[in-house]
Amino acid sequence: MSILHTVNKSPYEKNSLDSCLSLASEGSALLLIEDGIYAALKGAAKEPRMKEAAQKMKLYVLGPDLKARGMAEDRVIEGIEVVDYAGFVDLAAAHDKVNAWL
Amino acid sequence: MKFAIQVNEGPYQHQAADSAYQFTKAALEKGHEIFRVFFYHDGVNNATKLTTPPQDDRNIVNRWSELAAQYDLDLVVCVAAAQRRGIVDEGEAKRNGKDAENIAPGFRISGLGQLVEAGIQAERLVVFGD
Repeated sequence: MSILHTVNKSPYEKNSLDSCLSLASEGSALLLIEDGIYAALKGAAKEPRMKEAAQKMKLYVLGPDLKARGMAEDRVIEGIEVVDYAGFVDLAAAHDKVNAWL
Repeated sequence: MKFAIQVNEGPYQHQAADSAYQFTKAALEKGHEIFRVFFYHDGVNNATKLTTPPQDDRNIVNRWSELAAQYDLDLVVCVAAAQRRGIVDEGEAKRNGKDAENIAPGFRISGLGQLVEAGIQAERLVVFGD
């Protein structure tokens, strides 16, 4: 059973990212959307946590939401893949469930 | 693949309403089926035809209606959430003694059972909210 988790909150505002990462099982995937994209930025406080998470799960960030917040793709931590909405749909189809950490 | 979408937030209030639309559109363009889009909580505000955003802004309500017309989508508004927020169709107006209706084209008002059914019938339920 593989799950695609979506997190739409900044980790500097809410703790839904930490809740997700501590409960997500190995082999699952996380897609950062909306304000969740702030977790994907290099040099920020959450970078070590994200790099650790990348060891056990696949990490993605939604490109249009990065752009909407003025963040260039080269600011994204290595190991986090940038996808568009079509990529979001592909991820949802490729996993057994989609779990939104609202 | 068969998707169901749940929208919990209103237009111009939270990005969830935009994210849900963009996901739904991308899924349809990739040839997937959208079994139903269910509007719950403040999400029912996506269904008022009385909204008039500035001309240079996106019209979130019309965008849903147009997508529904193009792809024959089933856009369902939760009746209990709609009654609380003044989202009314002809039947609800009559039933509750209101002198107007405001449901946008392509939307229909129904119950929570429609969400349960969507969760069962669709292969994936994708939720957008705050």
